[in-house]
Amino acid sequence: MSLIMLSSPHAHGGDSIRMMMFTVVLALLPAAAVSIYLFGWLAFLLIVSCMLSALLTEAVCLKMMKRPLSTLLDNSAALTGLFLALTLPATTPWWMAVLGSVFAIVLGKQVYGGLGHNIFNPALSARVILLISFPLSMTTWIMPMSSADPTLNLFDFSTCATIFFHGTNALLSSSHLSLDAITMASPLGHIKTEATLGVPIADALKAYDYSYLDAFLGFEAGSIGETSALALFIGGIFLLARHSITWHIPFAYIGTVLLLAAIFNQVAPDQFATPMFHLFAGGLILCAFFMATDPVSSPVTPVGQIVFGVGCGVITWSIRSFGGYPEGAMFSVLLMNCAVPLIDHYFRPRVYGHHVDDQDMGKS
Amino acid sequence: MPAMLRTLAQKLGLMAHTFPGGIHPDMHKLSAAAPIEDAGISPVLILPMKQHIGVPCTSMVKIGDKVLRGQKIAKSEGYLSVPVHASTSGRIVKIEEHAIAHPSGMGMPSIFIEADGDDRRDESLEPITDWRNVDPTILRERARMCGLAGLGGAVFPTFIKLVQDRRFPIETVILNGIECEPYLTTDHRLMVEQASEILDGMAIIMHMVGSSAGIIAIEDNKTDAAEAMQEALTNKDGMDGVHIEVLPTRYPQGSEKQLIYTLTGREVPAGKLPMHIGVLCQNVGTTKALRDAVILGQTLTERIVTISGDALPRPANLNARIGTPIRSLFARQGLEDFSNIQVVHGGPMMGERLRHPDIPVVKSTSGILALSQQAINAAHTVENPCIRCGHCSEACPASLVPNLLADLCRSDQLEKAEDYQLFDCIECGACSYVCPSNIPLVHYFRYGKGQISLARREQVFAEASRQRSEGRDTRIERENAEKAARRSRVRKTHAPKPAAEPTTEAVASTDTASTTRPDTKPIPEEKS
Repeated sequence: MSLIMLSSPHAHGGDSIRMMMFTVVLALLPAAAVSIYLFGWLAFLLIVSCMLSALLTEAVCLKMMKRPLSTLLDNSAALTGLFLALTLPATTPWWMAVLGSVFAIVLGKQVYGGLGHNIFNPALSARVILLISFPLSMTTWIMPMSSADPTLNLFDFSTCATIFFHGTNALLSSSHLSLDAITMASPLGHIKTEATLGVPIADALKAYDYSYLDAFLGFEAGSIGETSALALFIGGIFLLARHSITWHIPFAYIGTVLLLAAIFNQVAPDQFATPMFHLFAGGLILCAFFMATDPVSSPVTPVGQIVFGVGCGVITWSIRSFGGYPEGAMFSVLLMNCAVPLIDHYFRPRVYGHHVDDQDMGKS
Repeated sequence: MPAMLRTLAQKLGLMAHTFPGGIHPDMHKLSAAAPIEDAGISPVLILPMKQHIGVPCTSMVKIGDKVLRGQKIAKSEGYLSVPVHASTSGRIVKIEEHAIAHPSGMGMPSIFIEADGDDRRDESLEPITDWRNVDPTILRERARMCGLAGLGGAVFPTFIKLVQDRRFPIETVILNGIECEPYLTTDHRLMVEQASEILDGMAIIMHMVGSSAGIIAIEDNKTDAAEAMQEALTNKDGMDGVHIEVLPTRYPQGSEKQLIYTLTGREVPAGKLPMHIGVLCQNVGTTKALRDAVILGQTLTERIVTISGDALPRPANLNARIGTPIRSLFARQGLEDFSNIQVVHGGPMMGERLRHPDIPVVKSTSGILALSQQAINAAHTVENPCIRCGHCSEACPASLVPNLLADLCRSDQLEKAEDYQLFDCIECGACSYVCPSNIPLVHYFRYGKGQISLARREQVFAEASRQRSEGRDTRIERENAEKAARRSRVRKTHAPKPAAEPTTEAVASTDTASTTRPDTKPIPEEKS
């Protein structure tokens, strides 16, 4: 007689952590594919190195903590690596990618006790550490598909390997390219800079040659995985259809940003960007569908998830509109992560049979 | 549809009420088409003294006694209890502990009857055919005497519910034919084959509680049962207030509270009973047994048992005598070798896994399952950390947050667990079923509830001890005072001057002492 659990139920639906994580990886494939299409070997090298170093770091941590290495198969470390890669600029050098992965796994996850115990989204916390430590590299964006300079071919492996392993400067010194010729500001960064100069948003975007269609499809400067709203929407809908996530967080999050943007854009169109601009810009969709919905660091209950999403939306829009950083999606998710225990405590669903006030009890 | 939109639509009256959460497990209703067969009489029947929720019975027979089928052999002790009856005629051969359906393999004092093969009935109970003109209290006593307890699996003594209380008049009688547990088909087959008898039982219940409205609830995976019941209902007189509701299949729809909410849109308030909101819910099997008790004068000596499972060659629905060893039932259906087979008593969601098939059929035995090792192992692999995916809260029909509750139980933060309404968990197992980390959530809840109940019992015990000790102190004090008073009296009598009458003070003090004697309250029975 085996000594395994005898307690009911004696049936199981068959869900597993491994499958849940794998579903998210699948949902990120369109975004990953678009990133490779836009940034060539650079994106590929970033994704592979982040995922491998995340797995390796996880393995070392598990070994140190004397936990079974089979835990690696739960796909969570690979997913963290992929997440991190997609939030990085294309020109991120290899060591920064590896450092980021180590941060994500060690400081983002394992110091809290491993999977399920972290307060913050591991990939996002690593991304913020990198942003604060290397502000210049983390805000240098090259143009997708190198539309500016035909001599920079991102599908040439050796060019990309040079940038990846030796940095952008190595490439610049060995060629006639100039940094200004291959890089550009992200739309959010551009309007933030122009706004400080007092340029109205519409004019700034005209000067930038901004188009909603390009932003929707992904032909704009930005982190490799966040530029294409289309690819991310496809992944998000896949997650919703597979019931990996519920609608509460993404809808509350995006809805709040759109609502705030719409109101303020109506009031002062020169200072506040349009809802559509906010929707397609930066990491909003990536964060709303993939980062904020990270189960470990988001609330459990439906009402709590809506509160969480609204909070993310308010913070994202506020940082974008008033903050020092051009983009606030990451910060908003991390800030709301802190509030999750409180949200979980105060927004519990009403339990069956409790606070039933609209019922008459008997006829006494 | 998202749960919140649904709730909103229900509030606005656009949609019918349904309980939140729930799951759609594979139903495996292998025996749905198998007609009820008689399982015959086993040579030895084993009758545990307690087959209901409540207080165990005490034996009324001794070894060597001859008994008849239906004869009472163990009497109930206390209110929350029903007697046990011999399920065939024969001789009492043993009264000793025997394993019952409990995962720990624990035993229960049981009466062993050696069948004589004649199966003679005890005819002492008169049939009550004219029940419409009989006082409900007499029928209620009949239900108690006949040993009726909820045959859906909870085995709550039936007579307790069948009461007319002027403060809480029953408006609606709900007949529960949901049977949402996978594999089980006893209620299903009973409705298909004995619809008219079930309706008789329902009419008796409605007469007993003075209600004229009734709902028969059936899930849409049993359309043949719904049709049979509808046909019987059309042909039955005097049941105009009764209608059939066919509900979309979802587990745990058959749970009393959830079903009441789905059908009436009202919740049973925490700590209250369905009767407090004017509802009475009865299982179809119990209703049929009530009919037999009243109209035929038969005590509860048999029940329908689904015998099924992926490891069983011939799944079936058997009409088995209470006390039949389940090993013989398995053998009848072609299963003798139990290596690599797990036996479950009840359904896979809420039933008990057994260590061996040597237990008897009892009143709660709605099914016995033989599951292959693979079927079970899928349910019980290694527990992984909670990733807070929230699937458990989505599935919880009581709107609890199971993952937080499990954390609290695991870390013994039991007060907080109570604050999170641990005791509203109905242990349906939906949370464990959907958990991607294979966390045995229900197991943690049982642990938590057990610890809290234990702490409460200990508190009551400590309070009783405190009162006893205080009582002892007062008594000693009083006795010392009395001694002192006596001594002083003696001194006074021996004193030269003549003594007076005993002082009024002394009398008063004796009186108060006797009235302040503490009542050592008996420790109340905790609901498990």
